Amino acid sequence: MATKRRASAVLALFMTSALVVAGCNSGGDEEPAESELYKNPVTLTWWHNASQDGPGKTYWEKVAKDFSALHPTVTIQAEGIETNQLQRTRLPAALLSSDPPDIFQSWGGGEIREQVEADYLKDITEQVKDEVANIGSAAEIWQANGKQYGLPYRMGIEGIWYNKDMFQRAGIAAPPTNFDELNDAVTKLKAINVIPIAVGAGDKWPAAHWWYNFALRACSVDTLKKASTDLSFDDPCFVKAGQDLKTFIDTKPFQNNFIATPGQNDPTSANGLLANGKAAMELMGDWNKGTLDTVAADKAALNKFIGWFPVPALSGSPGDPKAALGGGDGFACAKNAPAECVEFLKYLVSPEVQKGYAETGTGLPVAKGAEAGVQDPALRSILEATSGATYVQLWLDTAFGSTVGNAMNDAIVAIFAGNGTPEKVVDAMKAAARK
Amino acid sequence: MTATNPSLDLAGGADAPPARPRPGRSSARAGETRRKWFEIIGLTTPAVLVYVTFVLVPMGFAFYYSLFRWRGVGKPTDYVGFDNYVLAFQDPIFLDALRNNAIIVFGSLVIQGPIALAVALLLNRNFRGRTVFRLLAFVPYVLAEVTVGIMWKLLLADAGTVNAMLESLGLGFLVQAWLADLDLVIWTLLFILTWKYVGFAIILLLAGLSNVPEELTEAAQIDGASWWQIQRHVTLPLLAPTIRIWMFLSMIGSLQIFDMIWVTSVPAVRSLGASATMATYMVDNGFFARLWGYGNAVAVILFVISFVAALLFQRFLLRRDLQGAITGRAK
Repeated sequence: MATKRRASAVLALFMTSALVVAGCNSGGDEEPAESELYKNPVTLTWWHNASQDGPGKTYWEKVAKDFSALHPTVTIQAEGIETNQLQRTRLPAALLSSDPPDIFQSWGGGEIREQVEADYLKDITEQVKDEVANIGSAAEIWQANGKQYGLPYRMGIEGIWYNKDMFQRAGIAAPPTNFDELNDAVTKLKAINVIPIAVGAGDKWPAAHWWYNFALRACSVDTLKKASTDLSFDDPCFVKAGQDLKTFIDTKPFQNNFIATPGQNDPTSANGLLANGKAAMELMGDWNKGTLDTVAADKAALNKFIGWFPVPALSGSPGDPKAALGGGDGFACAKNAPAECVEFLKYLVSPEVQKGYAETGTGLPVAKGAEAGVQDPALRSILEATSGATYVQLWLDTAFGSTVGNAMNDAIVAIFAGNGTPEKVVDAMKAAARK
Repeated sequence: MTATNPSLDLAGGADAPPARPRPGRSSARAGETRRKWFEIIGLTTPAVLVYVTFVLVPMGFAFYYSLFRWRGVGKPTDYVGFDNYVLAFQDPIFLDALRNNAIIVFGSLVIQGPIALAVALLLNRNFRGRTVFRLLAFVPYVLAEVTVGIMWKLLLADAGTVNAMLESLGLGFLVQAWLADLDLVIWTLLFILTWKYVGFAIILLLAGLSNVPEELTEAAQIDGASWWQIQRHVTLPLLAPTIRIWMFLSMIGSLQIFDMIWVTSVPAVRSLGASATMATYMVDNGFFARLWGYGNAVAVILFVISFVAALLFQRFLLRRDLQGAITGRAK
């Protein structure tokens, strides 16, 4: 009967947001003049996703304290909320209400466009010009209609994390630069009886990222950009991505029964397979260093053997071989947040704060001047590759928004499970765009 | 609020002099009627308020939102009528979820019922260590769903205890991807649910058995009935109301099952339909695909199915047990 209660709890949540909509009425829009900054005491509520005790959470606590010390009129109430809860339920419900948090986690892409359309966010274009210039093209992900609505504090491209020792034992001289070399490496790794590539298909997105990379290789940058804004997926390159993926899966590069394997956070996950010397490669983003650390039985060994290389190029594909997939985390201010919110946001992406963030090792900073904080060699190679990439495409599920993203990931997982087709992925995306 | 102390109101109401002189008998009757209404209103208001606020109003909202194409951003404006309902029944994954719910409903009844009955009849006899066995039978039901879910998830993992035990017993051919094999997973889940909830059926039936008067079984014994005959012709008929109530609770619980499935199943397997139920489908689509209007439509479908099932069950099977309570006064 507890099940009954849970189900009704979910219903109750729908209804809370319902009541909230009914009572919602936006307050005044007037912005306080520059001179009024820091005159009156304000409290900023801050929702971030560093919910677990660790260097990330500790660092945000320190940053909030430091800012209040600099500006005694500002009190910051920070709350760390688990990403899924924050993004799927807490934040949407709070934004529907008349009392959203002032500054909150923002993932950019399709989501920020929807939020702007609903008039939830503060236009900060004028105030953050310097910061945007310092961050560079990554800041574009937090734009809508050419205006800036948020800023990133972490950004990185994904690539293949690999075990250098295994590569050596298998006689692979250098990290693969194209898929032929990758296929060759897979064959050699099978010969020494290790799992060539670990994939956490159980969690869906780690599997879907393989398709994203094939799409990145198959589609032109213009096609991808147009797909993100118009949600049009008529270009045949999206079907080709699925075909290339299917060909790749057929070479059996992944561990057995990958459909049951979770992505990260426990020793049986794809992360665990790589961290504990059972698999040789894993496709993953820049945050992987931290998650590998948490599941490794022997951290010293992990640090010695772990390396990183960019996703190989695919010969015969029209896409830009130097383009990369990436994504990041940022923050945005609510429409009616006090002006101090923008100041705090600027502080968060200032080179000093960013350097401190980089030193926590939880992700790559975005601001120029913070690079010195990146000490880990694998992270340094990602940093170099990120600045060397000709174009960084945001994770497709984020770029297309949750609805298309979810349908796309489900259909890609079906290919992995053996009962999907390249055409069905595109059909699912088109159907979801209409939903 | 008048609800806080109805007895005071009642006293005041009864002692108050009539506003206009009236024949004694009818004034007393008016007082009686008023008193009755005070009682009804005073005693039911708090419950009705809670029920309306937290059950009826949300249901109304869920239905209202289900008529919109709405992603939870901004107010719902894109009215689509019953399109969301049509979409749901066109989605093969939702149909899979329906099928899985049906498997769980019937599987629970067919498997748990006989097991629970047998165990309850056994535990109803006097033997040493009966209390310990009763306790053991009930333990799984007391554990939290999430705890049980994670426990079985670990036991049934690829390199988990169950597969390892099968290997070492020389039964390696039985090793399975219990929670990832698309054809197998729903049966694995049914097994876990049975393990968890059979204790509830046992305890209900034991309570029912303790209400069977000993005189009847003794009389049957004197008449020369065997133990089996007594169970078949005395105990079972007297236990029938309890069995029907258990069936009802089991059915409703199975239709709405969420937490155990959510915790135990792999997201990829769930999204392929192999282990989805209506409730997990609702959350996956409502929150994760951010289709709030659609999610509400699924919630309403889940509600209507449960509601109709409950009504039919009460109308045809619980009629005698609930006589007067729901179906009107017994004639």
